[in-house]
Amino acid sequence: METEFKYQKYTAKDYKSENAVRWCPGCGDHAILSCLHKAMAELNIEPHQTAVVSGIGCASRLTYYMNTYGIHGIHGRALAIATGVKVANPKLSVWVATGDGDSLAIGGNHFIHTIRRNVDINVLLFNNKIYGLTKGQFSPTSDRGFVSKSSPFGTVEDPFIPAELCFGARGNFFGRAIDVDLKNTTDLMVAAARHKGTSIVEILQNCVIFNNGIHNQISDKTFRSEKTILLKHGEKMIFGANNDKGIVAEGWNLKAVTIGQDGYTLDDILVHDATTADNTLHLKLAMMGYENDLPVALGIIRSVDAPTFEAEIEKQIAEVLEKKPKQTFTDFLLHSSNVWEVK
Amino acid sequence: MNNDIVVKDIKQVTVRFSGDSGDGMQLSGTLFSTLSAIFGNEIATYPDYPAEIRAPQGSLQGVSGFQVRIGSKDIYNSGDKTNVLVAMNPAALKVNVPNLRKDSIVIYDTDSFQKKDLEKALFKTDDPFAELNLTSVQAIPVAITTMTKNALEDLGLDNKQVLRSKNMFALGIVCWLFNRPLEIADQLLEEKFAKKPLLVQANIKALAAGYNYGSNTHLTATTYRIESTEHSKGFYTDVNGNLATVYGLIAAAEKAGLKLFLGSYPITPATDILHELSKRKDFEVKALQMEDEIAGITSAIGASFAGCLAATSTSGPGMSLKSEAIGLAVMTELPLVIIDVQRSGPSTGMPTKSEQTDFNQALYGRNGESPLVVIAATSPTDCFDSAFWASKLAIEHMTPAILLTDGYIANGSSAWKIPSMEDYPDIKPHYVQEFYNGDPTVWRPYFRDEQTKVRYWAIPGTPKYMHRVGGLEKDSQTGIISTTPENHQLMVNYRKERIEKIVDFIPLQEVIGDQDADTLIVGWGGTYGHLLETMLRIQAKGKKIAFTHFRFISPLPKNTEEILSKFDKIIVAEQNNGQFASYLKSKIDRCLPIYKFNRVEGQPFMVETLVDEFIKIMEK
Repeated sequence: METEFKYQKYTAKDYKSENAVRWCPGCGDHAILSCLHKAMAELNIEPHQTAVVSGIGCASRLTYYMNTYGIHGIHGRALAIATGVKVANPKLSVWVATGDGDSLAIGGNHFIHTIRRNVDINVLLFNNKIYGLTKGQFSPTSDRGFVSKSSPFGTVEDPFIPAELCFGARGNFFGRAIDVDLKNTTDLMVAAARHKGTSIVEILQNCVIFNNGIHNQISDKTFRSEKTILLKHGEKMIFGANNDKGIVAEGWNLKAVTIGQDGYTLDDILVHDATTADNTLHLKLAMMGYENDLPVALGIIRSVDAPTFEAEIEKQIAEVLEKKPKQTFTDFLLHSSNVWEVK
Repeated sequence: MNNDIVVKDIKQVTVRFSGDSGDGMQLSGTLFSTLSAIFGNEIATYPDYPAEIRAPQGSLQGVSGFQVRIGSKDIYNSGDKTNVLVAMNPAALKVNVPNLRKDSIVIYDTDSFQKKDLEKALFKTDDPFAELNLTSVQAIPVAITTMTKNALEDLGLDNKQVLRSKNMFALGIVCWLFNRPLEIADQLLEEKFAKKPLLVQANIKALAAGYNYGSNTHLTATTYRIESTEHSKGFYTDVNGNLATVYGLIAAAEKAGLKLFLGSYPITPATDILHELSKRKDFEVKALQMEDEIAGITSAIGASFAGCLAATSTSGPGMSLKSEAIGLAVMTELPLVIIDVQRSGPSTGMPTKSEQTDFNQALYGRNGESPLVVIAATSPTDCFDSAFWASKLAIEHMTPAILLTDGYIANGSSAWKIPSMEDYPDIKPHYVQEFYNGDPTVWRPYFRDEQTKVRYWAIPGTPKYMHRVGGLEKDSQTGIISTTPENHQLMVNYRKERIEKIVDFIPLQEVIGDQDADTLIVGWGGTYGHLLETMLRIQAKGKKIAFTHFRFISPLPKNTEEILSKFDKIIVAEQNNGQFASYLKSKIDRCLPIYKFNRVEGQPFMVETLVDEFIKIMEK
């Protein structure tokens, strides 16, 4: 096998495949793809040491647009396939592109169990709250009452909040970005890749055809800074166009305040700790804006180190081999119990 | 040993240990078969157990049995009816009536044949033998429970622990009856309970007490001796089909120079494959218990993509769940071994009972035109060769291969000569960097070997061969998603051809028995032992008959049509409603004189029945 020893600096275009990108014009996926190319260049991971795995849906087509190794699987199963890839070869940088239907409906079981196992995979969860490729049905993240082709009278079910599901499955990395915010999306992808373990990156993505403007109430540039807060580990939770607002704890709840008003000073504003093992506050931060009028949290909400699945498997194998060096198959059989000789 | 007892030489015997599912009958049976194998006999076993872990004590549903057939030679299956039944309670006697011969010896535990025990087994009188009309069997009452208690009283065990050794007392009696030396049994017990010395002591003591009781009381007028056989020299062990399957995968991975990966989910009767591979970290095996059947196979597909010999193990219901993913492996043309340990269906069916009813599912149970390799193991030990073959064909021809075994051969065991791996063929993965002679920059993932139509395996981590595969149809040249009509037809044809081409890489089908007979018995998979014995018994009656048994199902061996066209009558015997018979008809473009023999009872064939029914067909 040929090995390249010389150091190479990759650029975004090195990760771009020859396939023509066939998402709809104006789709948020274009921006996400471009962010991923940039993130990989920043990480400088070798394309041949990278595997992108996906399921079914618009988001899952991303695999074909990457000049890496890639496998486009079947609906909902990307995370299980990716688990196999990563366990088989832990040296690979493994990425999953998936949508809200793919990972939270048909693939919901794999989503929670992959997170629980903490396989070192970077999951890009494109959340547009709609089924796009089947032309417009409500998804497991659509709000209650959402009118779609399959819910003409509005849905009568509550949505999943991906972060809540992630923390319920004891996830160790969760971050959120908006497709139109290229810088944060790219940074988050880089952070997800550097984190060892299952990293969930929820990207609020716009489906221009079937659910246009679904994230407008927070993504619109004119009021984005008022409606969202970019969390940074070790920094105060400040937001607002004038950076004059912040998050404080009040009893068991979080509250948005204006610094200098109602007796609140900068000292009252919470400092973000993404690395604390207890996920209670991470959950509260992730739920901001969903059941209250707090700003929606973006950036790295939680990033905690924990043993990874594939590394633990390697460790067990190494421990066994240390005690008992590898034998040939025949030798192994000859030295197992219940063996007798016919002379 | 007492000289008054007549020792009679016999060629073979079938013994069934039967009791509550907590009575340890499986252990008695396993020990008896293993020590007989070590003693030099041929063995075949058949564990027949309920799906319930512990049904109500003494109830008919809770009866667990282990049948062992031993003999000097020609032991091809676990036997029809038993010569000796050990019945630990009345329920065990009752459910085994169909398995008894007229002159069977029935050893039963009088302590558990009391009024309340009889009631639990729904007996109406206090004479179970009369009630079951078992007037000609040789019933031997033994107070097994009482005597086990007496034998172990000074060991300081509690009552529950003492009662657990009843099975060893019963085994002791059987060992005496068949002149089995106890030393081997003692040694096996020491190995089995190595970490629990008190348990070893109790078991050995109970075993000896049973043996001595038989010997001292002249329990039967005759004991039996089964001569040991001249086996070919070498080292032997005993394996059941599931373990042999595991060994076949490990051996294939070693030959191919690949790491072995299993993605699985617990399901009866396939779970032991997961258990055994989980132990094999010493071979760097990565065996994952996933969250469901689908994750089992899709993780294996991921591992295959990443360069492992990947397998998934399951049974019928799990196969149904894996169907879509098998299609993905067909479409991505990745090596994958799918093991289906068949059980009774449909749906949950009878999980612990064996059938051959997944044949059509294996061949056709997917959307689209999705041909693949199907191999059916023919006996517990053949699971090794069949698993090896399935792996070899999967790896070398870049295809999923389904290995069909069944509950009967998966749990049944026989002695197995430890193979020398030099006798097995090489396995050469179809690596792109070894077999593709062109420029990597022009290479695309669906380029194929011109002769075999096999695409090349480019494993992540290999520089310059980055590529994407997936479930969507691809252009045969560019590897890009394509819906062009001509291209789809071409790819459908390629996927078919690359399976058909495999006929040049598998052995020819063999016919055994009388080549000039009018009638040919045809079987496939786990019924080999029963059909072989059937042929031999028909021949012993002075009639000519031939037999061919299929291991390679898809593709069928090249000479299949040639063989079948030579006979006037073809009896296709299978444990389903005729799936293989229909398959043969669909594959062979001529009118075949097929007579179907089908049984779907969840039980192994009865050779006696087969002989009678086949002769009827022959005389038609």
